[in-house]
Amino acid sequence: MLFGNVFPIQPFWGDQEAIIFFNVRLPRIVLAMLVGCCLAAAGAAYQGTFQNPLVSPDILGASQGAALGAAIAILLGFTSFGVSVLAFVLAIGTVLLVVLVSQAARGNQVLTVVLAGVMVSSLAAAGVSFAKLVADPADQLPAITYWLMGSLTSASLSDIKMVIVPMVAGLVVLFVLRWRINILTMGDEEASTMGVNTKRLRLIIILAATLITAASVAVTGIIGWVGLVIPHLSRMLIGSDYRKLMPASMLMGASFLLLVDDFSRLLTTAEIPIGILTAFIGAPFFLYLITKQGRR
Amino acid sequence: MSVRVEHLGFSYGAHQVLHDISFEVDEGTLVNVLGPNGTGKSTLFRCILGLNHSYSGKIFVNGKDISKLSIRERAREMSFIPQSHKPVYDYAVLDVVLMSSGAGSGAFFSPKKAHIDRAYEALERVGIGFLAERPYTHISGGEQQLVLIARALAQNASTIIMDEPTSALDYGNTVRVLSCVRQLAEDGFTIIQSTHQPDQAFLYADKTLVLHEGDVLAYGPPKETISAELISKIYGVDVEVNSLYDDKVRVCVPLRELERK
Repeated sequence: MLFGNVFPIQPFWGDQEAIIFFNVRLPRIVLAMLVGCCLAAAGAAYQGTFQNPLVSPDILGASQGAALGAAIAILLGFTSFGVSVLAFVLAIGTVLLVVLVSQAARGNQVLTVVLAGVMVSSLAAAGVSFAKLVADPADQLPAITYWLMGSLTSASLSDIKMVIVPMVAGLVVLFVLRWRINILTMGDEEASTMGVNTKRLRLIIILAATLITAASVAVTGIIGWVGLVIPHLSRMLIGSDYRKLMPASMLMGASFLLLVDDFSRLLTTAEIPIGILTAFIGAPFFLYLITKQGRR
Repeated sequence: MSVRVEHLGFSYGAHQVLHDISFEVDEGTLVNVLGPNGTGKSTLFRCILGLNHSYSGKIFVNGKDISKLSIRERAREMSFIPQSHKPVYDYAVLDVVLMSSGAGSGAFFSPKKAHIDRAYEALERVGIGFLAERPYTHISGGEQQLVLIARALAQNASTIIMDEPTSALDYGNTVRVLSCVRQLAEDGFTIIQSTHQPDQAFLYADKTLVLHEGDVLAYGPPKETISAELISKIYGVDVEVNSLYDDKVRVCVPLRELERK
């Protein structure tokens, strides 16, 4: 069908099939791949800039910030477009807050960023809980809960149009800066004596990674673990060099989320939200990672 | 004149670490900085490297005031060899050496064939070319230190600052690393290196800079600088300085142990 638009192939499919393919299936496939690519790339970038293999896009509060935005939007009765926008805005806002707080604090920057992220996240989580408390249990509460679980069910062309620009922009930035992330993992002072403006580089990478995380979370809800697990799998396969690791994470993230989304659609008759599936895969993997690191 | 420090002072808050440090280092000279812990050796290095900003006085490297240079420009003038430490992620030795190759270039730089050749060359020069493909965390501490020296060489700066490069190494590796450093000085690099061992200064250094309580206590060729009185003053132990092999080398021996024997 895809080629039918370009090449003169005699259609052997009906109009209805074409509509389903172009308006439902194709946007969902594209979005699954985009989101998987973004979350994995952001995770790889965060793990490099914070020199910590256990951080993920959730650590900076992007996910919880987005959740708070979505919960507020649902409470106020916004459309799904409004929900996405507010989720996006609050995700960026949360990360900015985290970065500002950590820069105001003295001491080890890597540590303060992570700590500030945890604190601001829990603040946003409290806000989400409060929103759930006051939500109308008949329709708003299920909507919030379902959004929090993360799903690609509602993927549409307009979703893609909304996020494609920030996503591609953020991915391109991470891609061109990928070799510099290697140097950043050696520590700020060493990197600085090798000619790297560490403060500026770290800020740019965090902003780009957050932009693509926020864009992903805004359209799909919270899909956890991808940003943690995929960079690690890639690292096991091709090593730590970010010149190869960044593109590998992007490709594996895209394939992984597409695969998991297929399972979420087909595993049972009713669709399972994809966030649940990624958690089922991710959490055990995380535990495996911890025990493996301990043994080394 | 490769490095010139004029009236350098630095304090952490109310605690003044460096008072009034002045010295000059000629090109192709290996200077050993000697002094007890907490006397400001690392602080001095951090100032020269541009990691400490709010110092008083002036520091010139290759005639350029380093406070007026950008991070990138500073990296072109001098490189830094830290003590070897375990990185979070495991890189191939060659990738570690390559990290310095973008020192003078823009943000979108990525190493090209020429930089990879230069990195191999640097590894050969310190005698560990055969390790290029090995994972950095799987080689010995001495080899890691040599990799960091190769990385500094690949940075292509004429001045090299080293902070206690051998403090965590065993005897064999210490000798190998220091002899490699000595060779670099013969080849024309200017090297400023801190150490805890006066004997190392006698063996390897052209000049010794003795720091004591934030001031320069003495500065000159090791044989003229390091005396029993000086060691006693800065370290609080009494030693005898002995001359060996027609005064080719000198060693410090603690007096107490001599009396015991």
